[in-house]
Amino acid sequence: MPVQCSSCTEKRAVLKRPKTGHSLCKECFFWAFEEEVHRTIMAGELFKPGEIVAIAASGGKDSTVLAHVMKLLNQRHNYGLELMLLSVDEGITGYRDDSLETVQRNQQQYELPLKIVSYKELYGWTMDAIVKQIGLKNNCTFCGVFRRQALDRGAMLLKVNRICTGHNADDIAETVLMNVLRGDIARLCRCTAISTASEGEGVVPRCKPLKYAYEKEIVLYAYFKKLDYFSTECIYSPNAYRGHARTFLKDLESIRPSAIIDVIHSGENLSVRDSVKMPVQGSCSRCGYISSQMLCKACMLLEGLNRGLPKLGIGKPHRLHEKILSKQPLTEEEERKLKPAVF
Amino acid sequence: MLPACGDNMAAPVRIILEFGGGAELLFDGMKKHHVTLAGQEQPWDIKQLLVWIQRNLLKERPELFVQGDSVRPGILVLINDADWELMGELEYQLQDQDNIVFISTLHGG
Ligand SMILES: [Zn+2]
Ligand SMILES: [Zn+2]
Repeated sequence: MPVQCSSCTEKRAVLKRPKTGHSLCKECFFWAFEEEVHRTIMAGELFKPGEIVAIAASGGKDSTVLAHVMKLLNQRHNYGLELMLLSVDEGITGYRDDSLETVQRNQQQYELPLKIVSYKELYGWTMDAIVKQIGLKNNCTFCGVFRRQALDRGAMLLKVNRICTGHNADDIAETVLMNVLRGDIARLCRCTAISTASEGEGVVPRCKPLKYAYEKEIVLYAYFKKLDYFSTECIYSPNAYRGHARTFLKDLESIRPSAIIDVIHSGENLSVRDSVKMPVQGSCSRCGYISSQMLCKACMLLEGLNRGLPKLGIGKPHRLHEKILSKQPLTEEEERKLKPAVF
Repeated sequence: MLPACGDNMAAPVRIILEFGGGAELLFDGMKKHHVTLAGQEQPWDIKQLLVWIQRNLLKERPELFVQGDSVRPGILVLINDADWELMGELEYQLQDQDNIVFISTLHGG
């Protein structure tokens, strides 16, 4: 009972597209997927000719497909971009070192220059060492905050004009949900943006060419193209909160495939009353990175690590910023609250 | 459709199972399995295959692979390199030499 491709009507269909319900053969699927990313890029005016663009590469499925498609579209449609790969080494033995090997193979397969920046050289700490100090709670907070800045620092070193990341439709829908569940209005407004302008010193503009690409299609694209990607879960407990949002969305998607895009559209169309107070973005008085507080999140986390008070950057200890900047000692009570939990 | 063959037992079905995208981690990291399903009166379908996999191959955290009597949402199934959604999903009847692939999309990118 093979189903014929609804586009060329000649070959056997290999997948049913979640977005459109169309049944397509391999070749028609590749073309449709690639040209949709191209239309996303054109409609969002994501790049300008002559720009140097870093592809954030983790070795996973999304960034591997992104690198492949960006290289292909840059040639097919003459974007005139100079592409390179930018990877972050978090210092997680048995996880990141393996996935970085995948990135190194990708570098050869796609013939793109590769730059790897590490937490160790940027912050003086590997994730292994951080987990040793703080345990398996809040480690994803450290990793997420550090990665965001690490990409910017790497991009500055490479003097690129822009970073593109492999965030797909499923990721963005998850983030919309998580921000709703947390009541984080500022992030909710930002998270559906397909690109961000430079928000200040040290922040490189970013964009998400796979914003409307379904995870199912990304995985099948990689599978049918036999792309080389790495898939293992991080050895340090997965981000549990995101995990729940993810499971919930996947359950919805199995009943109604358009659920993913629908959630994104809901996020895009939210408008916030003028009277809602939004955090004012300034810059960190220590490192200059964008921050709505006196110290940026990374500097607070780092200060906490270096002082043996890992909870310093977790939660909202804004009152302490002034003390830390002026090197005043913390009270005993303040220190006690910020120490790692004793088991 | 082939004519029904009375109450004869059908021959055993030899198939290849593949796990990828991180799903192999639930199977001792083994990506490819050659298996033979014993002959039975009714033809094997994917629904029965999932029960068989759970009993005979799945090593850990079954909740990451099955949900109810189907695969967990987020696991893609390919039957002879075609999306199972085109092939009848759980009702697809296995043929000798079929290749069934399970790919997890739940792992980071
Ligand atoms: Zn076709
Ligand atoms: Zn800072």
